[in-house]
Amino acid sequence: MNKNTPSIFANRKRKSAVEKTAQYIFTGCGFLAILAVLSITAYMIISGTPALFKVGILEILFGNIWTPTADPASFGILYVILTSIAGTFLAILIGVPIGLFTAIFLAETAPPKLAAAVRPAIELLAGIPSVIYGLLGVMILNPLMYKLELKIFEGSTTHQFSGGANLISAVLVLAVMILPTVINISESALRAVPKHLKSASLALGATQIQTIFKVILPAAKSGVMTAIVLGCGRAIGEAMAITLVSGSSVNIPLPFNSVRFLTTAIVAEMSYAEGLHREVLFTVGLVLFAFIMIINIVLNRIFKKGAAGHE
Amino acid sequence: MNIKIATSDLNLYYGTNHALKNINLDLYENQITALIGPSGCGKSTYLKTLNRMNDLVPGVKIDGKILLDGEDIYSPKVDATLLRKKVGMVFQQPNPFPMSIYDNIAYGPRIHGIKNKARLDEIVENSLRGAALWDEVHDRMKKSALGLSGGQQQRLCIARALAVEPEVLLMDEPTSALDPISTLKIEDLMGELKKKYTVVIVTHNMQQATRIADYTAFFLVGEIIEYAPTTELFSRPKEKKTEDYITGRFG
Repeated sequence: MNKNTPSIFANRKRKSAVEKTAQYIFTGCGFLAILAVLSITAYMIISGTPALFKVGILEILFGNIWTPTADPASFGILYVILTSIAGTFLAILIGVPIGLFTAIFLAETAPPKLAAAVRPAIELLAGIPSVIYGLLGVMILNPLMYKLELKIFEGSTTHQFSGGANLISAVLVLAVMILPTVINISESALRAVPKHLKSASLALGATQIQTIFKVILPAAKSGVMTAIVLGCGRAIGEAMAITLVSGSSVNIPLPFNSVRFLTTAIVAEMSYAEGLHREVLFTVGLVLFAFIMIINIVLNRIFKKGAAGHE
Repeated sequence: MNIKIATSDLNLYYGTNHALKNINLDLYENQITALIGPSGCGKSTYLKTLNRMNDLVPGVKIDGKILLDGEDIYSPKVDATLLRKKVGMVFQQPNPFPMSIYDNIAYGPRIHGIKNKARLDEIVENSLRGAALWDEVHDRMKKSALGLSGGQQQRLCIARALAVEPEVLLMDEPTSALDPISTLKIEDLMGELKKKYTVVIVTHNMQQATRIADYTAFFLVGEIIEYAPTTELFSRPKEKKTEDYITGRFG
């Protein structure tokens, strides 16, 4: 062996100690995330299911009388579930078209300088704490809704006046809150559509609008779907803002009714609930958790489909 | 021979970059005209002035006149969509839409208002036949166009351009991304196309120009150095620069 050339045998002990420690730290951090998801899932199931059997699954999920502190108590959360579904659906119905058109404006039709001014505003919108949305809703939306309510239900003896804290207020607040998500994700999807498709369409004599709706939007479909599903997730999980504007009493989700969502039910009652009532609130949490899981699974499906479509 | 497109004193600027300088060129009806020259000489830029695709480039400024059948295509009265219907284009990279073969071809007629299914079927078939693709795809019209080979995709793009019944066909290096066999098929197709259309083709490949073009224009740094019938330009170039280029001394 020639002693003059440097050896290629590593100084194993010192080097491998650093390498191994780093590896353990990364692996540990990775597992921490998985552990968090698993423990949350396990905890929600463990704490949410007992009440389901004590009260009865059908009674909780399909009962429509919510009197947790009465004697005998009744724990039907059907209206709460319906409110969350209806509220999310309506918020999507309003927020997605507005968000999508904003994204089209930013990605396709806006002069670059204007787009550069609008984009930071939208990012700011995403950064505003949700409770601020709630406060604005209380100050602006609720008084407006109350005026509208007084006009529409003038002389009504059956309508329970909500003072403007109703489903519409909550839906409008949610619709604004999902805008940044919908806009950002749809805009990147629209921008990712290859420019040559746009050229091809224009070169065939299509107008800009025809090109947007017949070529660019269909090509960005999976990204737009993702935006909608993420918006759904944001809307159904929101609590703080809508607890302020929705009136928070359990009613069938009609536009001018004061309503309670899955999230706001937990926020509003957890502080004083005890015994079975408290357990049922965990069940409400479990139902919300299930909804969000379903949304995530749907989202993953879309991602996979989108990826397969591009191959 | 009729002049289909007459260009006079055309200048084009990208910002401060003077990309086309005093272009004067008459393109003849039912002839194939090749535009040759080294990269960056302005041949593609000139091609895109003919259907106003340069309008999409920010900061572009154009003066001069381009008459298509006597009408100035840069007149403010021009509807760019009608111009582009009359002057179709095939791009360097095959760029089919992510739709079925049928919908790709029917896209143009549909945006121009044709809804009748039988009429659309007829246009799609004729266009695919015109682009020599019908026999290869007629049994899979509903399949995605992205599943076709590169050469088939490019012929699909030609068929798509034909479907709006243009009079002029602009081709921007249509075979540069294709293998030799696909290239040959498209070159064969050109001979057929010129019977119905006026074809202007940008090519990097001088052999291709000699094989297919009736006329050839040689561009160099934004100017036309020489424009003549192809055989003449390649056998008896009048300009020293043309001779240098076609004999491979630069470019």
